[in-house]
Amino acid sequence: MASAQAAPAVGEAGRKIALRRKGEDGLEVVLAGRWRLDGELPSAAAVATELDAVLRRLTFDAAALEDWDSGLLTFLAGVLEACAGRGIAVDQAGLPEGVRRLLAMAGAVPEQKVPQRAGPAPTLAARVGAATLELIHGAPAMLRFLGEITLSFMRLFAGRARFRARDLWLEVEQVGPRALPIVSVISFLVGLILAYLGADQLKLVGAQIFIADLVAIGMVREVGALMTGIIIAGRTGAAFAAQLGTMQVNEEIDALRTLGLPPVDFLVLPRMLALMLMVPLLTLYSGFVGMAAGLAVSVTIFDISFFEYYNETLRALELKHFWVGLSKGTVYGAMVAFAGCLRGMQCGRSAEAVGEAATSAVVTGILLITIAASVMTIVYYQLDI
Amino acid sequence: MDRPAHIEVSNLSMAYGEFLVQRDLNFAVSKGAVFVIMGGNGCGKTTLMRALIGLQRPAAGTVRYDGEDFWGGSEESRERMKRRLGILFQGGALWSSLTLAENVALPLAEYTGLAPARVAEIVSFKLALVGLAGFEDFYPSELSGGMKKRAGLARAMALDPDILIIDEPSSGLDPLTARRLDDLILELRESLGTTIIVISHDLASILAIGSDSIYLDADSHTMIATGNPRQALACGDPKVRHFLTRGSE
Repeated sequence: MASAQAAPAVGEAGRKIALRRKGEDGLEVVLAGRWRLDGELPSAAAVATELDAVLRRLTFDAAALEDWDSGLLTFLAGVLEACAGRGIAVDQAGLPEGVRRLLAMAGAVPEQKVPQRAGPAPTLAARVGAATLELIHGAPAMLRFLGEITLSFMRLFAGRARFRARDLWLEVEQVGPRALPIVSVISFLVGLILAYLGADQLKLVGAQIFIADLVAIGMVREVGALMTGIIIAGRTGAAFAAQLGTMQVNEEIDALRTLGLPPVDFLVLPRMLALMLMVPLLTLYSGFVGMAAGLAVSVTIFDISFFEYYNETLRALELKHFWVGLSKGTVYGAMVAFAGCLRGMQCGRSAEAVGEAATSAVVTGILLITIAASVMTIVYYQLDI
Repeated sequence: MDRPAHIEVSNLSMAYGEFLVQRDLNFAVSKGAVFVIMGGNGCGKTTLMRALIGLQRPAAGTVRYDGEDFWGGSEESRERMKRRLGILFQGGALWSSLTLAENVALPLAEYTGLAPARVAEIVSFKLALVGLAGFEDFYPSELSGGMKKRAGLARAMALDPDILIIDEPSSGLDPLTARRLDDLILELRESLGTTIIVISHDLASILAIGSDSIYLDADSHTMIATGNPRQALACGDPKVRHFLTRGSE
């Protein structure tokens, strides 16, 4: 009874905790009421401040405790930690059995040691350095992959490449016919823009009929291939990286290797071939759609007759322009397939890595396309093609 | 067995379109039980779990938690009931872009409105409970399969659920690690009184932890009530005994 008087408020006025001195060097923590996370709970710090130098023993009285969950457990874990730091012995006998068992489990030495990890976050300079090194180390990996693809193509020409023809046709369907809608829309709009751009400039010299030349040569030689390449990089390059990346995550690529099937033959070759076949065709298609847009604009807005435009287009277009466009389409297709497959094969083994691979595939693809476009334009100009 | 039915499933049928998975499932899970749903591959164990936790609407029948209809009620009542469930998926299903601490903290931060310092305390405690103290800042990809499972268990327990639903606790674990996970599950039941539903085809685990069970039969597309798995092994339905003895009976 005497002890109850020492802590009169506990359990009655809704107070959840009271501290009671026991002898000279003892403290009893009296717990009462509901100790659940959905209510206000005292913090372990409130007890810790009461732990003074003379204290040697801590006991609990949980007779008035009604209901508890992790709220109580985290509180007690905090109290135990504070006591351990001060060398105070804790007697848990007053706690409910379930609480004691859970505290024992949480306090048990973990089975695994926490491995050493890298220190604090790297500085800006360190990060720049790491990124540069990664870029430098990335180049040999790219070259190695290029080499593997070359070997694979040599096997293909020797008739020894191992892939399934069905895969090739599936990819061809994926990257070709299914890309037609988006290629149509973008080519039409770009053709339209070219026509307006030309009309504005050519009006100054009264030679608006040359809109036809500009659109025809522009679309067939350069813009058709470039637009198609970029569309395919976003549409198909990313898909390649995601497919191969997921296969990497599922160990499907490892399974191919263990069977002695070169993943490059089996997975990269059909994708590469599909793009090298279909991108030039899409480029050609894109050129015609662009010219149709130019025709539509010229006839309806700039008062050029259908036959004038048609004849001017025929006069302007030479076969070499088509060859230039087709060759660029083929190269861009190869670039996109290379970037997509490279990033897919390099993918790490998590969901996040697949996303990174897809992003990186598009960036690498567009970068490679732009570099190839510049080089080829300069070379063709020098060769006067 | 006079304890009140905590979870009650009646006339439950599940189907994918025309394809019937299981029909006429009737069982009750009492509070504090370790209830095992067993059966061979493809018998619909995981589909049943998805119906119990709100991922897939059953074709017919009801699921009741403490008498409240789970699928018959509104979206909101279902969300409220779901918060009382903790679910451990087969591979752990940890969010790979978050650290272990963030994985466990997410449900707490979303549903409790506790102060971040408090959340951090709880997260550390839960991770310590499953033997992963000190791994707060690790990403799931840095952990072994067994550790991922235990971290998944810590996340499932984040909100102190009344009911823990565990899909294949021992799949992909070595026997010792599987045993330790079983012990951990039993310990949680003893200490917290959590009701536990385990979906399993691991015999050792079924016999070690199950207090009640049903067997889903793939051929007849319905269940065989079996009671305590150890009794079922001794004198149960021939089909169940065939399963529990790995085909030698």
